[in-house]
Amino acid sequence: MRNYGKRRFSRRNFLAGTGAVAAGLTLGPKMGWSQEEAQVNFYNWDTYIGETTLADFEDATGIAVKLDLYADNDELFTKLKEGNPGYDLIVPTNDYVERMILADMLEHLDHSLITNINNIDPAFQEAEFDPGRKFSMPYMWGTLGIGYRKSAVSAPPDSWKVLYDSDEYAGRIALLSESILEIGMKYLGYSYNDTDPAHIKEAEELLIKQKPNIKVFAEDNGQDLLASGEVDLTMEWNGDILQVMEEDDDISYVVPKEGSLLWQDCLCIPKGAPHPKNAHALMNYILDAEAGAAIADYIYYATANKAARALLSDDYNMNPAIFPSDETIANCEPSVYLGEEVIRLKDEALTRVLAG
Amino acid sequence: MESWRRNPFVFWVTSLPPTLWLLFFFLVPLGIIWVISFGEKRGVIDIEITWVLDNYWRAFDPLYLEIFWKSLWMAFATTAICLIVAFPVAFSITFAPPRIKPLLLLLIILPFWTNLLIRTYALIAVLRTKGMVNFGLEWLWDQGNWLLTLVGLGDLQLLGAAFDPLQLLYNNTAVVVGLVYVHLPFMVLPLYAALDRMDRSFIEASLDLGAGHFRTFLTIVVPLAKAGIISGIIITFIPALGSFLTPDLLGGTDSQIIANVIERQFKNANDWPFGAALSFILMYITFIALTLRAFLARGSSAMEAG
Repeated sequence: MRNYGKRRFSRRNFLAGTGAVAAGLTLGPKMGWSQEEAQVNFYNWDTYIGETTLADFEDATGIAVKLDLYADNDELFTKLKEGNPGYDLIVPTNDYVERMILADMLEHLDHSLITNINNIDPAFQEAEFDPGRKFSMPYMWGTLGIGYRKSAVSAPPDSWKVLYDSDEYAGRIALLSESILEIGMKYLGYSYNDTDPAHIKEAEELLIKQKPNIKVFAEDNGQDLLASGEVDLTMEWNGDILQVMEEDDDISYVVPKEGSLLWQDCLCIPKGAPHPKNAHALMNYILDAEAGAAIADYIYYATANKAARALLSDDYNMNPAIFPSDETIANCEPSVYLGEEVIRLKDEALTRVLAG
Repeated sequence: MESWRRNPFVFWVTSLPPTLWLLFFFLVPLGIIWVISFGEKRGVIDIEITWVLDNYWRAFDPLYLEIFWKSLWMAFATTAICLIVAFPVAFSITFAPPRIKPLLLLLIILPFWTNLLIRTYALIAVLRTKGMVNFGLEWLWDQGNWLLTLVGLGDLQLLGAAFDPLQLLYNNTAVVVGLVYVHLPFMVLPLYAALDRMDRSFIEASLDLGAGHFRTFLTIVVPLAKAGIISGIIITFIPALGSFLTPDLLGGTDSQIIANVIERQFKNANDWPFGAALSFILMYITFIALTLRAFLARGSSAMEAG
């Protein structure tokens, strides 16, 4: 102990010190020393890309893909809100694309680098939330509806009433934990994007009255509850229900007659992306006809890629759960970003609904 | 190395890294959130620190007070049940033969080695409609029916037409069960530590002087283990109050507690100042609980010294 402070500066100490410094450097963040290294950081939803898409992209271009997953739009937004932690390509839903454009969080797209832009279905080449497609490219779209067990219902449901206004299946229904106020307003005959506080209050009271009949507000696992027999009817995204329909013939999906939400997921490049050129390359690859077909065939969502649809079978193209009739689509609305005030109003209403 | 005063260099070298860590990765972020709680939202992502108490006033709205009360109540219930269940367990471990004592301790600590999320999902598999508990009850129901058929009363359907599974999941009971399950080790270990340190001769003396077992337990053992009880209560109550995962996964339509609301503020509602204010109110409640504990500890140590 008396020798403390009198360590000799020997060669061994020096080598140990430099070794520690070198090890520390390798653990540090990777700065882009080169122009743009052959890598792209893809931030995507879980199970939302084809089985071999990313590997095929790596083979074709030599650019390595690093895939990270998020569970919902809020997680994506919260992560990018305080600055881009290094993601090149993200997949937000249309209302979040709107939010991000307003908050100046997205890079302008260079259309000259996206040669496959002509593969996109004409209906999706323009978008209300992104005029001129300056910031986003359409990826997949779909609806929100009711998944139900055919043998457990007296008649196939065709209205949101079974979930919002009736005790026929008390204790056997589940709702999503998001969009419940908006769908409630749809059921009451208003628009999904209605901002009138009186209408929001009406939807809130409807839900409070119905709460004793609802078993649970499922985060995103409504289809699992349906498949395992916990509930007989659930409000869920069409893709999720399609996944369990594959395994269980007794399950079916319907978009109620009052209309529903029409969502669209888009590919975007966030500001501050370290590899924007590679991100454009990956985006272009995903919009390719064959790659797009492989993705759609694997994840079973409706693709906005017309050229990809041409390569797929009738099983996919004629499936009413994936591609609803024009009549149904006419009743559905996309979600619009309504401003922070309305969001706060709806959050308080939701808190009141969920409070005992 | 007996006292750090004699070797201040050693003291600073060993305590500086953890202190810096605590400062940068704990106190500074906490400070940032504290400052944000006095701010206001401007636009989609900007927050302006205007040093207003608006967020705190909004938190005193009856809607949120009710949710705070429910969270407190659930944490109380969890702590109380943990205490009642953990005391006999700690007691039996203390008085177990020295050979199997480590084994029993291991059994209590083993769940810690499994991730909280996995443990909660396991509980779902046990409690749900087609879960283990209901399978077991259904088996018993079948046996009961078989026995009745044997006796000739089968047709009367005394046990009901079909097995009605218990709804054990997606309600407040499930949340409390989940919270107790997760926090039980936190209560057992401090109790065991306090009971282990206790002088057994007190119990012998009390029994010799004619007190019954139950009276001995209440008047001798419990006061001597008070330090352990208070530590256990604090270590169980505070995490239970801030618990978010278990109510989220196991709860039903009326199991929303304050942690769920805070999470929504930071995500869906995009209202970080309000979320920060709610978080700090929770923290102030925690501080009050800890202060109470300090007062009680000071009181009891004066009692021990005297």
